[in-house]
Amino acid sequence: MSFDLNFIGILIGAIMASSVPLILAASGELITERSGVLNLGVEGMMIIGAISGFALMVVTDNLFFAVVGSMLSGLIISLIFGLLTQSLLTNHVATGLALTIFGIGMSAMIGKNFVGIPGKEFPLLFVNLKESIPFLGPVLFGHSIILYFAFGLPFLTNYFLKKTKTGLIIRAVGDSPTSASNQGINVTLVRYSCILYGGAMCGLAGAYLSLIYTPQWIENMTGGRGWIALALVVFATWSPIKVLIGALIFGGITILQLHMQAVGLRIPVQLLSALPYIMTIIVLVVISRDSRKIKLNTPTSLGQIFYKEK
Amino acid sequence: MSRSIYFLTPVLAIFLTLFGGGIIFFILGFNPIEALKFFFITPISDLYGFSELLVKATPLCLIAIGLSFCFKSNNWNIGAEGQLIFGGIVGGGVALLFYNHDGFYVLPIIILSGAIGGMLFAMIPAILKTYFNTNEILVSLMLVYVAKLLLDYLVVGPWSNPEGFNFPETRQFSESARMPILFDGLRIHAGIFITLITVFLSWLILYKTYLGFQIKVSGLSLKTAKYAGFKGKTMIIIVFMISGACAGLAGVGEITGPIGQLHRNISPDYGFTAIIVAFLGRLNPIGIIFASLIVALTYLGAETAQIFLQVPKYTGQVFQGMILFFLLGSDYLLFFKIKFLGLKKNEL
Repeated sequence: MSFDLNFIGILIGAIMASSVPLILAASGELITERSGVLNLGVEGMMIIGAISGFALMVVTDNLFFAVVGSMLSGLIISLIFGLLTQSLLTNHVATGLALTIFGIGMSAMIGKNFVGIPGKEFPLLFVNLKESIPFLGPVLFGHSIILYFAFGLPFLTNYFLKKTKTGLIIRAVGDSPTSASNQGINVTLVRYSCILYGGAMCGLAGAYLSLIYTPQWIENMTGGRGWIALALVVFATWSPIKVLIGALIFGGITILQLHMQAVGLRIPVQLLSALPYIMTIIVLVVISRDSRKIKLNTPTSLGQIFYKEK
Repeated sequence: MSRSIYFLTPVLAIFLTLFGGGIIFFILGFNPIEALKFFFITPISDLYGFSELLVKATPLCLIAIGLSFCFKSNNWNIGAEGQLIFGGIVGGGVALLFYNHDGFYVLPIIILSGAIGGMLFAMIPAILKTYFNTNEILVSLMLVYVAKLLLDYLVVGPWSNPEGFNFPETRQFSESARMPILFDGLRIHAGIFITLITVFLSWLILYKTYLGFQIKVSGLSLKTAKYAGFKGKTMIIIVFMISGACAGLAGVGEITGPIGQLHRNISPDYGFTAIIVAFLGRLNPIGIIFASLIVALTYLGAETAQIFLQVPKYTGQVFQGMILFFLLGSDYLLFFKIKFLGLKKNEL
């Protein structure tokens, strides 16, 4: 078997494409978790985004509306989570699980009439450059605009969290809601905003799946990617740049599986699929052993309910 | 007074869910009353339907009982689905091993090995939590997918039926490895007795033993538990073992009961849905029995509605999600009472 350079380029391009939904969802969830909120509803918000995007594309025949609509619907469904956890002070874990269960059910109900409808072609950028340059062409060009956005997002997120005042406020709220509140910061408002932002990004991640990656609607089409995105945030120890690297590794495993089946290597596919989960557990063990390390990396108040005495 | 509200809010949540479900059906263009009738009354209007309700409630109740030990003591085991699958794998493996054996001892060995399988699998997050300080929510959740993929590997590869034309399933287990059916023509099986015995035992443990007392105190206030000198680590591992064993039993009950072999989908997310059951039943053994029947009805209702209304089978999950939303939300009514008692909301 000969490995020509162009083939490797196409392979890398495919890995990048498969990591996009993970980057988007994980970057959104990262902001949410940095503010101290653990939202296990990623899978549910993604699938709602996927069906809303696809349904809007079919109904309006306009991809822009579809993409914006998917983000809005992700935002709306995350508002349920926000209302419950922030205003009614419910447990984050249970509420997030309910959101995922509800989202999968709701998307299937909405999507009933959209099964089997073919998707629309999503415009890809710089297609002529992709074909004319070997190796670099298929890596850098011929992707959708959402892919370019996704690859820029971790850097933006990193800058936002580390260099801006709003980013600092979010981290302060996540690390010590009581002190932040004493400084006059409206903890509930900050957390609401972070939850809604996370919802919108998960919605966009879902739309990427149903509009671009596999352009059609299939029940339960996110297929556990939301849970991988959650794992990814931990794997990346809540650092945006590491989310990007992790997403490429996890996305790479997906693509590798397909090719290994084709080549006929003897490693079981299931072992490869299990790797992201096993690696996340190992990373968790490594960062949690050292209490100093976990303090440096984990939002201290993650998953805890904040209630301001009046 | 506050205790009666505590057990009444689940009822309120169920009514709100029915109301919400009616609205959703109306928006989708169905007659809401008729749709709700198909969902919640038609499935259990005959004896077969009622037996099916018990078939589905059996694993849900069992898992939720186990989870109540974890949740009561503030341990967030949300990987019961994985423990169920791993219990099924171990039990199923033993069933295949005893394929040519014929004797009364076969089924008890399978059941026991399933329980041990689930228990060992649940000990992974427990040990990592106690010795490495890892977050049990994330570890137990990750392990669900590991268990699913392991099952997939086994039924496609080494354990697949040699005469099965490469279908992803094992052989049908031998008769001696199957749960006895209670009534001819119905699917309800002896697994329901395992569930009922577990409910009774868990009531004994929770309310009549020192361990139960420790669990309750640790759930209410970790500081108090430490002050009282309770050995936190041992207790964490024990509650995970109990909960894993229950989930493993549920898994082995499914594969030796209604399914009769191993294949890819041995559980329609019972492990996750049981979390809703545990909350709806207020982590109380009797409450969980009722809650498991109600949540089992959403599974059956979805199947009936799929046939009569042509809605997808996932519709059941809309109701399951809503029940939990409304239940958690209505807990807010309790909040100020509990604050008055000097407890924090998350220690409930």
